[in-house]
Amino acid sequence: MTLMEKMTATTQPLLKVDGLTKRYGPRIGCLDVSFDLYPGEVLGIVGESGSGKSTLLSCLAGHQRADLGRIAYDGRDVLAMSETERRRLGRTDWAYVHQNPRDGLRMGVSAGGNVGERLMAVGARHYGEIRGKAQDWLGRVEIAGDRIDDRPSAFSGGMQQRLQIARNLVTSPRLVFMDEPTGGLDVSVQARLLDLLRGLVRDLGLSVIIVTHDLAVVRLLAHRLMVMKSGRVVEQGLTDQVLDDPQHAYTQLLVSSVLQV
Amino acid sequence: MIRIENLSKSFTLHNQGSAVIPVMAGAHLTIQPGECVGLTGQSGSGKSTLMRMVWGNYLAAGGSIMVGDTDVAKAEPRQIIALRRETLGYVSQFLRVVPRVPTLDVVAEPLLALGTPVAEARERAADLLQRLNIPERLWPLSPTTFSGGEQQRVNIARGFAHPYPALLLDEPTASLDAANREVVLTLIEEAKARGAAILGIFHDEGARARVCDRLVDVTGFTPKAAA
Repeated sequence: MTLMEKMTATTQPLLKVDGLTKRYGPRIGCLDVSFDLYPGEVLGIVGESGSGKSTLLSCLAGHQRADLGRIAYDGRDVLAMSETERRRLGRTDWAYVHQNPRDGLRMGVSAGGNVGERLMAVGARHYGEIRGKAQDWLGRVEIAGDRIDDRPSAFSGGMQQRLQIARNLVTSPRLVFMDEPTGGLDVSVQARLLDLLRGLVRDLGLSVIIVTHDLAVVRLLAHRLMVMKSGRVVEQGLTDQVLDDPQHAYTQLLVSSVLQV
Repeated sequence: MIRIENLSKSFTLHNQGSAVIPVMAGAHLTIQPGECVGLTGQSGSGKSTLMRMVWGNYLAAGGSIMVGDTDVAKAEPRQIIALRRETLGYVSQFLRVVPRVPTLDVVAEPLLALGTPVAEARERAADLLQRLNIPERLWPLSPTTFSGGEQQRVNIARGFAHPYPALLLDEPTASLDAANREVVLTLIEEAKARGAAILGIFHDEGARARVCDRLVDVTGFTPKAAA
């Protein structure tokens, strides 16, 4: 059986979210969000800033505690896990790409060290292999090999973001959370990253939840789309259906507001 | 292979006073394996709308659209994704690709998505690009900078890479010269010969006469004015 057939045959969702709610006092972060994510699926979450999409992502990843609802990862209740268990999951099965690369990198450690650290966290010990793999991943995100010993503080914002992505993907996680990952990137690098991500999704069955306001990015990357407004999911469905035939007033406004290039 | 029954469609424009515009009612159509059906009707009569509903990027208001065993009108997104990967191909009028990806890989992608080994997928892609007269020196380049006709041919190569049992073709011969038009018509005939069910829009009357077994005028599916 090919990987694809195995994945199609899988009827169990990798992530199952039910009624997830987070409030900040009287204000709503996100309200009653439910969805299933299957292996090899990319889910895009779009909406204007303040719509609750980043709050939702950080609740899903366990960075913030949800007030209500359930999250099951591979059949395990994430919200009932101990902090240690959840951290282990965050190091092995999951990856989180922050909007601001400074939140996801260790700024005082070299680029190679940033990538190698994740490998060591999952048990890699052989220095040559770690460095070789780090070099390979820096190349994939188009960071020149001679920058491997430089610290990220000496990198441009776009390079830092690419380094963060390399650091996150080097351990072959099963589920990647991404918060506006392509926001600060040059369009040429953004295209390279989209291609890289699509390849990983296709070849490794990676699942991705990507928060963005870039509709062109989700059209090329996401299988399914969720549209949020004021903390609520107002519409979800197949990506090209939501973009080409939006049903909710807010989605219609969002789609019709995009400038044509 | 494709069976459309009592299909209807309306658009609700929330930002224009929530106007509801009915655009289709009672549409029905059946396409057998190995058959090609052409949609006709004036511009704006709903040919593309019908085709998009079969593809699944337009939601049906009512009725059913069976493609194989899947009812696109009611299926979950992941069922439609699987249908598009394995069963239903679509050659649209526009090529939408990730920039910077080489043409050869753009064409091979549908096969890679099915788990075909890279070398085999690229070989099939190369064969199609060759037949469609895309010069080999262009294969390592992204098609985003190609001419309209070249992009159209890359799109066709991509749509024919996997032998889908059902195919949607939106003006596949538009903007092609005589030689390339001939190649595309031959590809369509080959697809029919292997049993593909094809739904097409062809403004090119010669092409229509050659590959279509039947024509369906979508004007018949226009809702009657209420008043």
